Amino acid sequence: MSSTPPRSWTDDDVQTATRKKPVPEGLWLQCPGCSAILFKRTLENSLSVCPECRHHYRISADDRIEQLCDPGTFVEFDSDVVGGDPLHFEDVKKYPDRLQAARKKTGTNEAVKTGTGFVKGRKVIFAVMDFRFLGGSMGSAVGEKIARATEAAAAEDLPLIVVSSSGGARMMESGLSLMQMAKTSAALARLDDVGGLFISVLTDPTTGGVTASFAMLGDFILAEPQALIGFAGPRVIKQTIRQDLPEGFQRSEFLQTRGFVDRVVDRKDLRSEISSIIDYAGK
Amino acid sequence: MGTSAGIALPFEAPVADLEDQIRQLEARPDAADWQSDIDTLTASRDAMLAKLYGNLEPWDMVKVARHPNRPQTADYINAFCRDFRELHGDRRYGDDPAIITGLGRIGPYKVLVVGHQKGRTTEERIKCHFGCAHPEGYRKALAKMKLAAKYGLPVVTLIDTPGAYPGIGPEERGQAEAIAVNLLEMSRLATPIVSVVIGEGGSGGALGIGVADRVDMMQYAWYSVISPEGCAAILWKEANEETNSNAAKSLKLTAADNLELGIVDGVVEEPLGGAHRDPALAASKLERHIIDRLESVTRLNPKTLVEQRYERFRRLGEVHELASGG
Repeated sequence: MSSTPPRSWTDDDVQTATRKKPVPEGLWLQCPGCSAILFKRTLENSLSVCPECRHHYRISADDRIEQLCDPGTFVEFDSDVVGGDPLHFEDVKKYPDRLQAARKKTGTNEAVKTGTGFVKGRKVIFAVMDFRFLGGSMGSAVGEKIARATEAAAAEDLPLIVVSSSGGARMMESGLSLMQMAKTSAALARLDDVGGLFISVLTDPTTGGVTASFAMLGDFILAEPQALIGFAGPRVIKQTIRQDLPEGFQRSEFLQTRGFVDRVVDRKDLRSEISSIIDYAGK
Repeated sequence: MGTSAGIALPFEAPVADLEDQIRQLEARPDAADWQSDIDTLTASRDAMLAKLYGNLEPWDMVKVARHPNRPQTADYINAFCRDFRELHGDRRYGDDPAIITGLGRIGPYKVLVVGHQKGRTTEERIKCHFGCAHPEGYRKALAKMKLAAKYGLPVVTLIDTPGAYPGIGPEERGQAEAIAVNLLEMSRLATPIVSVVIGEGGSGGALGIGVADRVDMMQYAWYSVISPEGCAAILWKEANEETNSNAAKSLKLTAADNLELGIVDGVVEEPLGGAHRDPALAASKLERHIIDRLESVTRLNPKTLVEQRYERFRRLGEVHELASGG
């Protein structure tokens, strides 16, 4: 799995990308945002954004790379880097079994893809998370790949683009997952020390230890519309404070008004936003 | 020894009975006549404590770490930090009592102390949000740590939190950003940092003041990515005594586990039966340990320290390269 498989919008992809409601088999699906009945092909042609209500569907790392990268320019690195099972973690299932199932489901080894690519002719380093892989959770391998990508960006003076989509740190590696927050943040400190550029793109959902480490450390922080972004999950907060959460709480627009996101950017504009920031930063 | 813990944990029931008997005898006007019985009972109590605490399950250790009488940051400051001057506020929004920061002297060292505070009385606990800090707590910690670096003072952080506070206000004011920035800035702070998990090391809220040159744990503290209850609720779909206990085991959250994983560098031994049974002894052990750590880290120049701190965290985690095609 050292190169990116060609993009294919199979039924399976669409189904796993839309977790909110089960999507009926076939050519049509119902938008979880506005309940409109959409022709699948229409959705595919609109970057998996509902043309009616602009609901942004979750997409795989491969599709994200395909959307952001100049065609055929992405070269993956560290695709063979995987974690172990240092804790011999067992809940109702064994961790290696969960990993195996995730690999089978996604056709990828881990919850992040890293590599070099071009955005409108500008060379960058990408790290793109895949929510389908154990909820995009960060264990040792994800932390290692992001740290390596960050170190490569610093060494080669290339812009670092990280697209986050994650439920947070991976429980099955416990303390070692927690340490990945420190590891990735420390690597970003070094990138900052050499004047590097880091653009963090937050997509639905970005929560927990990923938000509380690299995702919130971008020199520029962009977010897709209506993405859930937060530290604690809404359910945990609701249980703690025992009251209803305000409308739009922890969504991209909420974070923008509170001062934690620079720009909420529609998926169709993401490429040009990224390339223009790179230009302004002179990279 | 001799001071009673007052509040017995469920697994301590047999000890509690003995302690009751000892207390009753000691309270008698003719207690002196009963001294040999008191001594015998005390000896069996100690033997029983040694046995119980020698075989604690991880979930029991979590309960010890949460014991209401366990010494907290403020207790340790009172015990061994001389001339302590608390510094309040993040100069941005407010002053979070869930994180104490201040200048003081530990042994021969002038230091900045940063530590989570849970509070003892109900009123204090509510004020401190039970040790769950808000963004302003993390920002206060960082602001004072930068001051420490500016004036060449080492930083000592004491970690004791169930986790950062999950609420509307903290989310609005950037809980995640506050923690993230602390991780980044602590990794390159050009002054020695030593951290000890003194009680609960709950996830990002703990790590937010825990990126240090040396990280140690008290013997019955826990440190993990999530609390056993949180983990049980997600993976076992229900948090109860049984699933919490399973989760605590799976999470490898004890001091010994974290030492083995390389997450912490050492373990600070606690008095027999836990720090809550003898806070003064616990404090003197912790003080000795912190002074030793400060001795070793203050020998290095800041540049080397930051370099080694980076490497310390950079190598944590277990990764492999799959054979091609795997």
